Amino acid sequence: MSKRDMLLEIGLEEMPARFVTDSMNQLGSKVEEFLQEQKVSYEGITLYSTPRRLAVLVQGVAEAQEDIEEEAKGPAKKIALQEDGSWSKAAIGFTRGQGVTVEDIYFKEINGVEYVHVNKFIKGQPTIDLLPKLRDIVVNLHFGKNMRWANNDLRYIRPIKWIVALFGSDVIPFEITNVVTDRITKGHRFLGDTITITAPAEYEVQLKKQFVIVDPAERKAMIRRQLSELEAEKSWVIPVDEELLEEVNNLVEYPTALSGSFNKEFLELPEEVLITSMKEHQRYFPVKDKEGTLLPYFVTVRNGDSRSLDVVARGNEKVLRARLADADFFYKEDQSKEIDFFLNKLQTIVYHEKIGTLSEKVSRIRRLAAKLSELTGASKEVQQKVDRAAEICKFDLVTQMVYEFPELQGIMGEKYAQQKGEDSEVARAVNEHYEPRHADDETPETFTGAIVSLADKLDTIVSCFAVDIIPTGSQDPYALRRQAAGVVLILAEKKWSISLETVLQTAIGVVKEDNVGEKEAEALLEELVSFFKLRVKHSLQEREIRYDLIDAVLAGPVGSLPSLFAKADVLMAHKEEEGFKETTEALSRVVNIAKKAEVIGEIDEQRFENEEEKVLHREFLRVQKGLKEVETAEQQFTLLESLKQPIEQYFDHTMVMAEETAVRENRLNQMKALSVIILSFADFNKILVK
Amino acid sequence: MNIQEMILTLQKHWSDHGCILMQAYDVEKGAGTMSPYTFLRALGPEPWNVAYVEPSRRPADGRYGENPNRLYQHHQFQVIMKPSPDNIQEMYLDSLRALGIEPLDHDIRFVEDNWENPSLGCAGLGWEVWLDGMEITQFTYFQQVGGLECKPVSVEITYGIERLASYIQEKENVFDLEWTEGFTVRDIFYQPEFEHSKYTFETSDADMLFNLFAIYEKEAKRQMDEGLVHPAYDYVLKCSHVFNVLDAKGAISVTERTAYLGRMRNLARQIAKTFYAEREKLGFPMLKEKGEAEHE
Repeated sequence: MSKRDMLLEIGLEEMPARFVTDSMNQLGSKVEEFLQEQKVSYEGITLYSTPRRLAVLVQGVAEAQEDIEEEAKGPAKKIALQEDGSWSKAAIGFTRGQGVTVEDIYFKEINGVEYVHVNKFIKGQPTIDLLPKLRDIVVNLHFGKNMRWANNDLRYIRPIKWIVALFGSDVIPFEITNVVTDRITKGHRFLGDTITITAPAEYEVQLKKQFVIVDPAERKAMIRRQLSELEAEKSWVIPVDEELLEEVNNLVEYPTALSGSFNKEFLELPEEVLITSMKEHQRYFPVKDKEGTLLPYFVTVRNGDSRSLDVVARGNEKVLRARLADADFFYKEDQSKEIDFFLNKLQTIVYHEKIGTLSEKVSRIRRLAAKLSELTGASKEVQQKVDRAAEICKFDLVTQMVYEFPELQGIMGEKYAQQKGEDSEVARAVNEHYEPRHADDETPETFTGAIVSLADKLDTIVSCFAVDIIPTGSQDPYALRRQAAGVVLILAEKKWSISLETVLQTAIGVVKEDNVGEKEAEALLEELVSFFKLRVKHSLQEREIRYDLIDAVLAGPVGSLPSLFAKADVLMAHKEEEGFKETTEALSRVVNIAKKAEVIGEIDEQRFENEEEKVLHREFLRVQKGLKEVETAEQQFTLLESLKQPIEQYFDHTMVMAEETAVRENRLNQMKALSVIILSFADFNKILVK
Repeated sequence: MNIQEMILTLQKHWSDHGCILMQAYDVEKGAGTMSPYTFLRALGPEPWNVAYVEPSRRPADGRYGENPNRLYQHHQFQVIMKPSPDNIQEMYLDSLRALGIEPLDHDIRFVEDNWENPSLGCAGLGWEVWLDGMEITQFTYFQQVGGLECKPVSVEITYGIERLASYIQEKENVFDLEWTEGFTVRDIFYQPEFEHSKYTFETSDADMLFNLFAIYEKEAKRQMDEGLVHPAYDYVLKCSHVFNVLDAKGAISVTERTAYLGRMRNLARQIAKTFYAEREKLGFPMLKEKGEAEHE
């Protein structure tokens, strides 16, 4: 069958850079899905995008849908044939519905009954007739942020300016917001012309002549090459931040890198300030020397050719100069003040209407940090550092620099704290207490940083829960989930043996001291534990623990996270071993039967009636004592495993639910006591064994 | 090109594209958007194409005339076109050419910028336009004004006059800009800059300003009750300016701040609604005059 290429290009006013790549991929996969659904074969697909266009070129698209041959089942033979042997109305109606005639009927038996069958043949439609449906794909693309324009109802990423839709040399006809499809596209805004696409396959080449590099990978490669050329020419090192490169790539249709300089004196500003000014605000690449020291130069990528590069450089230099002069002013202003000045200012900043000021938050962080460091058994000296770090952890939020560059929170705090002569671990904690900042971020390295980070995050989570700011679905404005994940990560990595429940209770205690919210402490704890369990579950999933084992270790209280993780690891390690199934079953059986115990009483050894009961009791006492003494989860598991045989023997010879009440209760007491030590490890009932 | 020539050029350009040339509105305001020529007229189906220079007061940016880049009062050249024309970006780029900025010799980019004015219940999507890395214009498609959905959508183009001039005239200090031959910004604006800064940060009376806010707010409500949109809106503008002075002084705590913004937003929403209703009662006369039948 013959084939043609297909091209679809949506021309737009400049899209936000952050949405370009995703939107392109989305368009591509929707077009592929469409062709597959329509059973239209194709040979390949290429995606293109610039700030002003999303395009897809599909190579070798079949002229028509595949033909379909299928068997259709009709009425039963006895209904299809009338007494005189002629076809009934039902049979005729059926064939008509299938687009065949009674001549085509044959019978086939299904479960002993004969039914009418026909083979029907559906001729594939010409592709060109199906393609106007591409309109739905264009209209239904999802973008992060949509807008309306002029008189249109359509919400779209930016106004649609033109649409090229070609199937070979034919225009695929449709219309969106008064824009009618055509073969006419636009070149670079300033360097190019409006042109006619002669054939889909010529798209890329034709636009290149109009100064539009439609292939984003090629554009990116051009930028990289230009950066390397500058590096070679000037003996610079230009570290390429991939995120920045991606953004810059989606801000230009025809990239030309150029460099500019700034006054050396500005190099006295902290490097982070310089880099933020260049990267975040201006999308410049900072420049370093071979030793990694920042140089007073920058590289920007212009959307155009090399004409008047000196003018462009001069303009950019002027902008950066003004920004750095501002930063320099803020830096000096901040330096002229003491940390206490900023701490006082925190009193005037409301963190949240129902939760109080930042100053109140800091006071809670301090109290909580003190309690947490006590729980970990830190020395007095360390506790003092923690206290100071907690006290000043938020001071930089009211410095002018952080007001102007919010992304430098913590970083400026550490810098200023050092300059003001704070202990180096204290200064570092001011920055570290924000860690982990995101899912892949490090946790604080110093003890001080880790404790203050925990205290800050816990205070945020607990206070928010206290005033009913609880994440639901996609709504999590205070990023409580991320912060809870941070708490879990720190507790797991730092290996302190404090239980999560204790940590939460401590935090609730502090929040309650300040009368935040009106919830009862117990209700709050319950909500928080289930919220945290989900985070812990997530961590265990990331550790690739099998889901039933996760349920098993999370059935009871969370306890200390390192030991929880260790238990999960041990179960993972043993789950395939011989005897694991039997151990699990034996332990589960105890747990199940123990549920029948209504009251828990003392075990009376006098009432044991057989040897197995006595043995199990002895073994129970040994394991119970052992569990308190051993250190690792592996050892704990071995101890529990050793109960398998006595339990099996016990059940072979003992009826727990004995007739006589006193005997029954005594046995249940034994079961209950065993169940407690088993569940302290995991709920084996949740484990799936084959 | 001096500032006066710039303004004349822009006026000529947008007048040629069918804009009514208006004069600045005579009540203090923080931005050209707050002028009733934008805020009210962006509402409803009636077409509206207008351009004007708006002196905009930003008390918090007052620097006693000492900062080379910041001003208590700067000037915006504001263009509103409703419905947004299809070729609005080209019209805008032509205005830069008219100002002597040849795009081929520069790097001009449309960088995403979503705009919001919470005190007026306004939101829009668009760009900041960069000229060689400098933001010279805010380009916004209004989506919501006074809490009402815009239909049709207006486009707002706001040039920062001093910003643009400092580029065109290659001046480092805003006060060195030539307004017209023989007169600099310093000659004309230095003294008011200094005095307004001193007033804002030192001599203004917070208690009196709080009182004024309450009085203006009350009057805005009273006029609303009378169905008088424009007088009511003037008092909202006054509230807004008084609030800005108080805010610049640091006299408003963060919680109070939210509450004050909420009060102004409520007034603005009410006014927007009433304005729309009043125009509707009149049968949206500007629609009819132009003979446009597309109103739904």
